[in-house]
Amino acid sequence: MIPLPPGDHRRSASADLAAPERCARFSPGKNLRRLWAVARKEAIHIRRDPRSLGLAIGIPMLMIVLFGYALTLDVDRVPFVVWDQSHTPASREYVAQYTGSRYFAWRGTVAGYSELERAIDTRQAMLALVIPSDFGRDLAAGRRPSVQAVVDASDSNTAAIILGYAQAITLAANRRIAVEQMRRLVGVAPTPAIDLRARVWFNADLESKNYIIPGIIAVIMGLIAALLTSLTIAREWERGTMEQLMSTPVRPVELILGKLLPYFAIGMLDVIIALVMALSLFDVPLRGSVVLLLAMSALFIVGTLAQGILISTLARQQLLASQLAMVSTFLPAFLLSGFTFAIANMPAPVQIITHIVPARYYVALVKAIFLRGVGLEAMWPDALFLLVFAVVVLAIAIRKTRRQLG
Amino acid sequence: MRVEPASSAEVVVEVQDLEKRFGAFRAVAGVSFAVRRGEVFGFLGPNGAGKSTTIRMLCGLLTPTAGTGRVAGLDLRREAERIKTQIGYMSQKFSLYDELTVEENIAFFSGIYRVPREKKAARQAWVLAMAGLERHRRTRTGELAGGWKQRLALGCAVLHEPPILFLDEPTSGVDPNSRRLFWDLIYRLSEQGVTVFVTTHYMEESEYCDRLGIIYRGELIALGAPRVLKTELMPEAVLEIDCARPPEAMQVIEKVPEVKEVALFGRGLHAVAADAEAAGAAIRSALAAQGFALERLERITPTLEDVFVSLIENRDRLAGAQAEVRR
Repeated sequence: MIPLPPGDHRRSASADLAAPERCARFSPGKNLRRLWAVARKEAIHIRRDPRSLGLAIGIPMLMIVLFGYALTLDVDRVPFVVWDQSHTPASREYVAQYTGSRYFAWRGTVAGYSELERAIDTRQAMLALVIPSDFGRDLAAGRRPSVQAVVDASDSNTAAIILGYAQAITLAANRRIAVEQMRRLVGVAPTPAIDLRARVWFNADLESKNYIIPGIIAVIMGLIAALLTSLTIAREWERGTMEQLMSTPVRPVELILGKLLPYFAIGMLDVIIALVMALSLFDVPLRGSVVLLLAMSALFIVGTLAQGILISTLARQQLLASQLAMVSTFLPAFLLSGFTFAIANMPAPVQIITHIVPARYYVALVKAIFLRGVGLEAMWPDALFLLVFAVVVLAIAIRKTRRQLG
Repeated sequence: MRVEPASSAEVVVEVQDLEKRFGAFRAVAGVSFAVRRGEVFGFLGPNGAGKSTTIRMLCGLLTPTAGTGRVAGLDLRREAERIKTQIGYMSQKFSLYDELTVEENIAFFSGIYRVPREKKAARQAWVLAMAGLERHRRTRTGELAGGWKQRLALGCAVLHEPPILFLDEPTSGVDPNSRRLFWDLIYRLSEQGVTVFVTTHYMEESEYCDRLGIIYRGELIALGAPRVLKTELMPEAVLEIDCARPPEAMQVIEKVPEVKEVALFGRGLHAVAADAEAAGAAIRSALAAQGFALERLERITPTLEDVFVSLIENRDRLAGAQAEVRR
């Protein structure tokens, strides 16, 4: 067939408006009737399918609980063992620095490398300290004794953090010993040249849940929103009702917006549930404006719902559409949004790709509003992107909605 | 193909050399006809003949590859979207929403067709009464029996009182009683001035139409009132034969030189021959010679099926001959 050029579609659509209904053109009630009819029909579909509705509400709750409790990126209470060959007050004092810290948990002593190896292999310990037999003597004599730290680096990130902790403890121990020696020699304690006073802003306790929960809200909303709408147009195709719809005067914009409306309500309900869970269950501080957070969520949801509809329109099959929706929202939201991996650490080409991932902007916005308490004055570029994305994808979805078979 | 001259009555559907190709396949090959206001116009043909493709072009669901057409005075190519406000369409496949109740389906289509609010209640009541669904208004549509579903679909297609109604095999898969009820509804709409364009592959149904187009392999091979088609389109005579053991008798009659073709028809046989008198005499003597008891032999008005079979066979013979010549 020869498809009508896009220009013709538009012309005939406006002609449709102008023809017998000219007098009613400015009555919004009448103009919105088709949209409203589609929205109501879609809402009935949702109501009649309680399983899907349950999933749409239940999955976000489940995921927040799962991620909130399980996905903690904090490294604390690192189990460690000690092979103390020195057995001196000095060596015991050094080890006491670890056991006294909340970052380490003492799991006993070992005697020899084979025991040490077993402790690491069985994951009984992630760190093993080997203190040589001349530790106490060397320290007393002013020689620099060495301590071996064996770290399980099967998770390199965690290993780096553990080594950082160990270094900090050793540095503090060195300083204390140096100060002690100076006092003994000169009678006065020296003042250190540079004193770093760290103040951690926005997440003072460095608790990972405070940034994981806002991030996971963004990831979940992306996934759910696209999944919700990915089935709607494909279902009409599969059941043959699309042909009936195309024979009626319903316009693509009415069909798409009408279908979007009830799912938008579900999406916003999900956001509110997620918000309440974050605040009440996980005590994540919300420092910014709730209204702004909801408004940004609305923008993100509209864009993602439109993405789902576009996929549905192109795929025409429910199974394919839902899989495409999953892959195209969850993966980028999880991997490329800066939620799990810092965008600054990604290779340059991947960093460029992250710029077209809406979840990136939404994650940034949610974290900013939650933790930094900032508003649009700081985040307007991200908000603008979400707005543009929503409008563009919606427009494409409407344009791609067929008025014809073939 | 000759287009019936538009008489005094207004022509509401008119196509000229309408053609639709899907790749190399010509689904509809140069079809021309005109339908007058209030007419029940039938499109008869086997599956795959191009009936649905034609109806979809008329409804603005497919754009013709070639040819022109107007529906309700609107151009098929340029005003497809405006045509959609003037027509009701029932597709071959049942296409209401199964999960919705009867009432909800009606409400949805009233909204889609923008049935004026003040008319809505009356139209809904009319559809419910017409389809006989008053007591099932809150039943899920998916649970309805075939005949009810189909009457509800018709009701939803005419909610907005369109002047033209397109029905694509509306009665396929419906029991005979429901089929008759459905045709009563079609007649009632037609009496109110609604033009009904209906496709079918049921011979007896096509007799209900005011005029009939026979479509075969994408081409319109005959057009006219069923009575006219039966009397004018068939140059040969049809003889109806009631005799003992028709299948065996058929083999005997086949060998009679005056008989062009013979086929089982109901409990008897139909023989086609150029000269009814000569063929009748020849059949009588052949059957008698073989010892078949002949109960009845008379010339009848051909049925539409006779016409249809004869037209198609002539057509295929012609196509075969042309292929031979080309080779």
